[in-house]
Amino acid sequence: MKLHEYQAKELFASVKIPVCRAAVATTPEQAASVYETLRDQTSTDPFVCNVKAQIHAGGRGKSGGILIARSAQEACDQAESLLGRRLVTKQTSSEGLPISAVLLEERMEITQELYLALTIDRFQASPVILASRRGGMDIEEVAATDPSAILHERFDIFEGPTPATLARIPSGLGLSGALADQCRDILCGLWKLYESHDASLIEVNPLIVSPDGKLIALDAKVLLDDNALFRHPDLAKLRDESQEHPLELKASRIGISYVGLEGDIGCLVNGAGLAMATNDIIKLCGGGPANFLDVGGGANVEQVAHAFRIILADSRIRAILVNIFGGIMRCDWIAQGLLNATQELQVRIPIVVRLQGTNVEEGRRLLTQAQRLNLVSAEELSEAAKKVVELAQRS
Amino acid sequence: MSILVDRTTRVLVQGITGQAGSFHTQKMLEYGTVLVGGVTPGKGNTQVHGVFVFNSVAQAREATGANATVIFVPARFAYGAVLEAVEAGISLIVVITEGIPTLDMVRVRRKIQGLPIRLIGPNCPGIITPGACKLGIMPGYIHKPGTIGVLSRSGTLTYDAVYQLTAAGLGQSTCIGIGGDPVLGSGFIDLLQLFETDPQTEAVVLIGEIGGTEEEEAARWIAAHMTKPVFAFIAGRMAPKEKRMGHAGAIIAGGKGTALEKITTLREAGVTVIESPAEIGATVSQRLRHVASSTHRACS
Repeated sequence: MKLHEYQAKELFASVKIPVCRAAVATTPEQAASVYETLRDQTSTDPFVCNVKAQIHAGGRGKSGGILIARSAQEACDQAESLLGRRLVTKQTSSEGLPISAVLLEERMEITQELYLALTIDRFQASPVILASRRGGMDIEEVAATDPSAILHERFDIFEGPTPATLARIPSGLGLSGALADQCRDILCGLWKLYESHDASLIEVNPLIVSPDGKLIALDAKVLLDDNALFRHPDLAKLRDESQEHPLELKASRIGISYVGLEGDIGCLVNGAGLAMATNDIIKLCGGGPANFLDVGGGANVEQVAHAFRIILADSRIRAILVNIFGGIMRCDWIAQGLLNATQELQVRIPIVVRLQGTNVEEGRRLLTQAQRLNLVSAEELSEAAKKVVELAQRS
Repeated sequence: MSILVDRTTRVLVQGITGQAGSFHTQKMLEYGTVLVGGVTPGKGNTQVHGVFVFNSVAQAREATGANATVIFVPARFAYGAVLEAVEAGISLIVVITEGIPTLDMVRVRRKIQGLPIRLIGPNCPGIITPGACKLGIMPGYIHKPGTIGVLSRSGTLTYDAVYQLTAAGLGQSTCIGIGGDPVLGSGFIDLLQLFETDPQTEAVVLIGEIGGTEEEEAARWIAAHMTKPVFAFIAGRMAPKEKRMGHAGAIIAGGKGTALEKITTLREAGVTVIESPAEIGATVSQRLRHVASSTHRACS
């Protein structure tokens, strides 16, 4: 689960990781009053603040999602220009994400930009700190062009970062004296936050050095482990569903994994690996999958019907491929789910069905009775993929 | 021969009284697995499909001499269940449960470090040695005893691959789902090592997917140590970045873990990478026949 920057910074503050003076606003009027409150806490004149769009994606600065305000009126205007609109960045889809909150934040002078992150090294099964002097830029690009510019420090999950680890990171970042001390405190705070909140990634990019010699988290990214939310009901409440794809959200509520893709062939598959492979083979055959959909191993007839409704709700769909390998999932349940879902709807688009495995005969028999549907059956996956691509191109 | 499990494996089912545990207990019994007991705390002294239920793994092990366990307990109790099996001295632990917090798995891995324990999963279909022993949830009937080792991060895609192998006349020595989570008990390398030294296994099919670096690490190991042919399919070429594709571990994060990267690395290591998921059985069959006939020619 993703958090917004302002939510992440509240968590940072709770473990004493320094952040800028800031507050969130959801209306232009509120933005103006937030500006005044922040201004009254400082002696700088004029007080300059950033107005930052709160969306679940990076790349905001280059896409007009971070504006500057020098007065309450400007804060109000800038907030008005952002709120309610969708922001497209290089990390979002072409539709962008809706802005329903802005973070007003004191604008800082920057002496140096660093990068700090904490995540799990999957292969080594160990927490790892990532640090780089090249903060403020796309870390993927740094990793690709100059991997040696990123320090990796793994540590034991039960011990936490050792004094040696805590010494190597600041020294690798070229920090000494008071800055090195601050860096160590920040690292301890990050680990405390990570462990106690079951995070999967915490990233500070950039971590800045201010002219008066302070380290400050200028941006904050926190991803939480979905599998651990059951032990953090308070964090689960921070989920902002407006940032999620409507069909993905609908699917997740009923226990179906769905990811929207760019093509026009709807896919209904059981199992994540097979669902990915089905997307791949459609592409290999010259078509484009409209979605990844894993109906799950233990799904029942009703769940299958829901999955069909989700696919049919997508107006781009020109053909559907059902690819089921029945293990625990029975082929006759899939067939029945298909019949149930299409009962109330006038479905004219062609549906290619490939069933294999448990109760396959019964499943195929059920489908042959469905005269009102435009069904095409296939026994092998390659045959099914070729057929569905052809039908999508024709319709 | 086979790896990890055979007719002598004495199996416990943790979480045997739950819906999934009970259902698959019956299926494992039908397959002929030697299920010697079940464990559900507080439900000891009952029976599930004729299998005696114990309150703890330690009790079950003492009474039955079990040397393997398959875990179906819900995610929030799975960490405790695995540690209980570790402390009771069970040497093969298979975790079917999906949805275990990643940090719990990191803790488990740290706890078993250096111990003579083989942990498989979580979020996996389990292990099967066809015709001998099934510890998991895969449909038994698609398998056939033979010489191909199968390793995979997926469930149904593996069933499809096994189905294709069997249809092509290729049986399997042992098939193992290592799981779809980010942090796993065993990786490809651990199991490739076992297949490399197993006399029954002649070739290995490896089914990977996007996310992490498991396949890349395996490729490096294969290039350096593996003498048997390895075939691979990698799912998720079409997957967008930063999106979780069903499995918790199937995510391209920070630009790492793309299908293309994995495919390239595996090819460089001499692995035959199969482009289409529908061609797994046919490709392995053709290549092995080709190898066999060229060997034959060389000898004649």
